[in-house]
Amino acid sequence: MLEAPATGTDVGSARRRAGLRAAGGVGPLGLGVATLWLSVIVLLPLAAISVKAFDDGLSGFVDAIDAPSARAALTVTVAVSAIVALVNVVMGTLIAWVLVRDDFPGKRIVNALIDLPFALPTIVASIVLLSLYGPSSPFDIQLNATRPALVIALLFVTLPFVVRAVQPVLLELDREIEEAAASLGASNLQIFRRIVLPTLAPAILSGAGLAFTRAIGEYGSVVLIGGGIPRETEVASQYIQKQIEVDRFVNAAAVSVALLLIAFAVLFVLRIVGHRTARREEQAR
Amino acid sequence: MTPHAPTVDDRDGDLPDPTDAAPAIVAESHEIAVTGLNKHYGDYHALRDVDLTIPGGSLTALLGPSGSGKSTLLRAVAGLEVPDAGTVLIGGQDVTFVPPQRREIGFVFQHYAAFKHLTVRGNVGFGPRIRKRPKAEIDRRVDELLEIVGLAGYQERYPSQLSGGQRQRMALARALAVEPRVLLLDEPFGALDAKVRDDLRQWMRRLQAETGVTTVLVTHDQEEALDVADHVAVLAEGRIEQWGTPREVYDRPANDFVKSFLGPTAVLRGELVRPHDLVLSHEAADGAVPVTVRRVVHLGFEVRVELDDAEAAGDGDLSAQLTRGEAARLDLEPGGRVYVRAT
Repeated sequence: MLEAPATGTDVGSARRRAGLRAAGGVGPLGLGVATLWLSVIVLLPLAAISVKAFDDGLSGFVDAIDAPSARAALTVTVAVSAIVALVNVVMGTLIAWVLVRDDFPGKRIVNALIDLPFALPTIVASIVLLSLYGPSSPFDIQLNATRPALVIALLFVTLPFVVRAVQPVLLELDREIEEAAASLGASNLQIFRRIVLPTLAPAILSGAGLAFTRAIGEYGSVVLIGGGIPRETEVASQYIQKQIEVDRFVNAAAVSVALLLIAFAVLFVLRIVGHRTARREEQAR
Repeated sequence: MTPHAPTVDDRDGDLPDPTDAAPAIVAESHEIAVTGLNKHYGDYHALRDVDLTIPGGSLTALLGPSGSGKSTLLRAVAGLEVPDAGTVLIGGQDVTFVPPQRREIGFVFQHYAAFKHLTVRGNVGFGPRIRKRPKAEIDRRVDELLEIVGLAGYQERYPSQLSGGQRQRMALARALAVEPRVLLLDEPFGALDAKVRDDLRQWMRRLQAETGVTTVLVTHDQEEALDVADHVAVLAEGRIEQWGTPREVYDRPANDFVKSFLGPTAVLRGELVRPHDLVLSHEAADGAVPVTVRRVVHLGFEVRVELDDAEAAGDGDLSAQLTRGEAARLDLEPGGRVYVRAT
């Protein structure tokens, strides 16, 4: 279907054969340092925990994950994170839209505020939420140790991901394209659905993926408000913590590896979907 | 480093004969009438009491320098700008407050405004699809229009795989696909190479003549306006300075602004004249001014004679445009004395 990438590969391999470096490349030393760094910082720990998870063999790994409380923790974590990612898709896109397209007093302050949940120590978020929705809630809203509390806590810390992913793409979006669609008879909703959304989709997906993976690993923000009630509001990270405390290291490692696999799978799928959408646009620019 | 995609065809010499297009594009001729149009952007007065009637079926150019309000006027006709005051009528219908979606217009932008995530088919078929036409009909219409604009066989390509000229032809097909009452073109050839621009312009002219759809073209290029348009509206600072046929505005400009904007000018004793209207002679005649030849520049068929007028210091440039034959007969030398007058 597309001939340009094929040509690109040909040129690339020809260059490699000729022993040439890509323009701006750092050469073998740079590549070596980068690989070493990645190995020590990322790959080695991941390998270690994976090995640990299989200390009791494959059946031991499966048993550890299949334990009722482990399964419950993983289910709650994934379900709550999925809800959080979905809400972020809608609200994050909306906030980005307002920040880019609308003018209002204090816009710059609001814009700066977006990053605050990300910059704030997550335990602080938990304390704030506890004082708002906890037993001594000033609004008499008692969410302490419920699943909605988990969602709210996670929404708080994952707010910037979709907003910051969508914002630059929206800024780049050519207004004339929307005007062209309008002149062809498309309503504002049709313009958004058929023209704007396909352009934003890769950014939205990538932001949602980051929000989701951040949410499944979150500990600090849910530890107080969530309550950590087994099979109710206990998330995977709390379960892991508890297993460590009772010296069941293999169980902790197994659930960790399960989280790792889920995060990897989600990022991988979203990347492929996003790439497919983006590809047509990036083509032959 | 991305190698240039071999699929991009930069040649634009494959324009079909627009005479075949007439049956495919059914156009009634709708008049556009604008009265008392005003538009402000903050303190900036973009349109000042603009009155303009564009005859149905004509090709009219809105010509002016940047900031003259020509694009704002076009966008007001399209409904992309809402005027502060005044009315816009298309085909006798008051559309001042009708949104662009329901004005039945075709709009073409300078930078194509292609839907990058859609194929050529998706782009051209966008309007009919919004109008919920049957798929078979849309496909037939798209194929037909692509035939007319010379993009047959490009249906499944993406805009990024087309050259600039091809993208603009796709944009034109897309605008025509909704059977617009009027076609509005905002500097449509401005982003194209000179050669492609000339070809496309001539082709567009013939297509317009064949189909008879009322067309308004915004341009800052006076040659383009004089070349293709039936009527030219010259704008400056949000006002229409003159309205007329290309010959009228060129030969009988309403003021010095129009005169200097439409072509080269020279200043002879404080009066704005066209360089080709200056006559040189060795004999003093009635009203002729004695000047000194500064420089003689041969530009192929035409010869530019730069002159110095000792009496009129700092008035502006004074050069005469002669044919090669005239210059040879006069035998002009730098430093020589000669008499000049305007015809």
